[in-house]
Amino acid sequence: MLQMKKRNTLPALACATFAVLVSLLAASVEAAPPEPPTNLAAIDKPWDGGGVVFVTWDASTTPIDQLQGYEILAKDLGQTPVELADQTAEQADLEAKDQTETILEGEGVAPQEARQRARIAEEADPAVPVVEPTTWQSLGIISATETSYEATGLEKDRQYIFTVRSIGSDKSLSMMTTPTEPVVPEAAWFNLSKLPLLIALCVISFAVLLFVVLARGGMPMNIRTIAGLKAVDEAVGRATEMGRSILYINGIQDMDDLQTVAGVTVLGHVSKTAAEYDAKIEVPTSRSLVMTAARETVQSSYFSAGRPDAYNPDLIYYVTDEQFGFVAYVSGMMTREKPAACFYMGSFFAESLILAETGNSVGAIQIAGTANPSQLPFFVAACDYTLIGEEFFAASAYLSGQPDQLGSLKGQDIGKMLAGLFIIVGVVLATIQAITGSSGLEDAVNYLKEVILGS
Amino acid sequence: MQILTRFIPLLITGIAGLVMIISAFIPYTSEWGQKAGQFFNILAAFAFVLGGGNLLKVHLKKISDQSVGWGYSGVVLICFIATLFVGLFKIGAYPNPNFPNVPFSGETQGTGSWFWWAYEYVFKPLTATMFSILAFYVASAAFRAFRAKNFEAILLLGTAFIILLGSVSAGVFVTNWIPNDGPFGDLRLENLRIYIMQVFNTAGTRAIMIGIALGIASTSLKIMLGIDRSFLGSGD
Repeated sequence: MLQMKKRNTLPALACATFAVLVSLLAASVEAAPPEPPTNLAAIDKPWDGGGVVFVTWDASTTPIDQLQGYEILAKDLGQTPVELADQTAEQADLEAKDQTETILEGEGVAPQEARQRARIAEEADPAVPVVEPTTWQSLGIISATETSYEATGLEKDRQYIFTVRSIGSDKSLSMMTTPTEPVVPEAAWFNLSKLPLLIALCVISFAVLLFVVLARGGMPMNIRTIAGLKAVDEAVGRATEMGRSILYINGIQDMDDLQTVAGVTVLGHVSKTAAEYDAKIEVPTSRSLVMTAARETVQSSYFSAGRPDAYNPDLIYYVTDEQFGFVAYVSGMMTREKPAACFYMGSFFAESLILAETGNSVGAIQIAGTANPSQLPFFVAACDYTLIGEEFFAASAYLSGQPDQLGSLKGQDIGKMLAGLFIIVGVVLATIQAITGSSGLEDAVNYLKEVILGS
Repeated sequence: MQILTRFIPLLITGIAGLVMIISAFIPYTSEWGQKAGQFFNILAAFAFVLGGGNLLKVHLKKISDQSVGWGYSGVVLICFIATLFVGLFKIGAYPNPNFPNVPFSGETQGTGSWFWWAYEYVFKPLTATMFSILAFYVASAAFRAFRAKNFEAILLLGTAFIILLGSVSAGVFVTNWIPNDGPFGDLRLENLRIYIMQVFNTAGTRAIMIGIALGIASTSLKIMLGIDRSFLGSGD
């Protein structure tokens, strides 16, 4: 009986052992990490602004369906761990600050104010840096079908080495490839990615200069009537008749903002008209430099109007740099003094509607001009006339009536025609591509969007 | 005098503009543009003194003349001098831990300083108050803008109605009986709002932006070349 039992047990034991071995083998095959990619190479991107490296490799021998993707890692050879910790902390702080600034600016808070608030918030609650235990920094994970990566945001003139590893579909990681030779992401002498922008700039500049020369040569230039600018005389006349003042707000940005410069230009014309009509013009500013420029402009206007004695520099004064402090002052002044005409010409943010609505409530005739698209609806709703974007910049030429200035507006039209042409070409290409699915047209559309518009 | 008031400012403007353009295309010169910006910051720092002096002059004159609202000028001057005093002398600021025995080593805006207190408990609430007034002005401006006076105004009113209703939960509730995946799913208010914002609004905004960009390019060129000199005073 015992022998019989032994004879029956042996094959069963062998089968069980075989089964265990097979399952162990299967498990070991399943758990094997993927193979790393091969032939890794890194080169500095030619003709760029620096800080970009192309990393290429040959695909891993592991079947693509067993791969999740590739992870690209970089190491800054000149960086010490302390520097790395500082850089990470600085980057975390900057990201937190940028985020706060973006939110505040989206709400209409002026950029300087948003920056100040973000800085104070960051000082009160500094972001805690997360420092990786290794000096290899992961740049990102890309699909297993890709065999190249563009590493951006690197420091110029520093040496970097790169490595890549495969990530299996079960998240297992391969060995890292042998690191590349050190690469320096240098800046070229010319940034080729900005070539389309340079060409557009040259074409527009050439067109502007050409029409300026033609206008000087006597070519007639007809400019359509801009209602807001035509109404300047009406507004100043109304203030004179009512015996009340004219209020001119030049935006809340400094002289390094082109809108402020355009606003000062319009101020020159308004103050000249005011001088001719003997009306009082008051210009509170939120920047001291704007005050100085505005004084020069108004003084010149009074001189050219033949009324230098009527010029009063005390009516052009500085209030405060603070966005809402300035608004509080101006709103209070408007309520007390009830100006007959209000001009808002420059860069405005959330204060635009507060100013325009206060002006409306005191019954003033209001003319606004700005190139901040987010504030245009507020001015359109609350003011009598609004100069929208390009009209505001055209004001200087329109008001001066000088042929060469009017010629520059014609040159601008060439730019508009070019922009229109590109829009039509882009729309036609994208539509045909969507219908036909052509990869050639897709490349063309992507070139238009990413290279030409992206520059 | 013409050299000082015309030629030199135009030369500085032209050179600074050219440097900014070059630094945008030639990476090697990218720091030149930043340097030009720093020069402006230096000028702006001097202007603070100019601004402060002007503030004192204007408000002292108002108090002296006892003109309308001169009491407010008194408040402005008291606040200005008090803020300047606590900021410059770092009143209440904790000393820097690294230099505890060095006078004025603490941070002006450090937590606990009087300057910080004034910022947190006076300036910020006042700013927030002014900002919150905006909500009422938006309502009054919308009331005027959305009056159905003519066909265009009716279109504007209808669009605003969809956008506003589609942005709140009540709008979602009103049209949630329309299946989102069905052929009429796009007619749900929240989807209509997205469509209007992404198509009509974006197209309009881009058209304005193109005009602004061209206006900036043309105006910059005129200023750099001295064709438009009106910002220096008279354009003549």
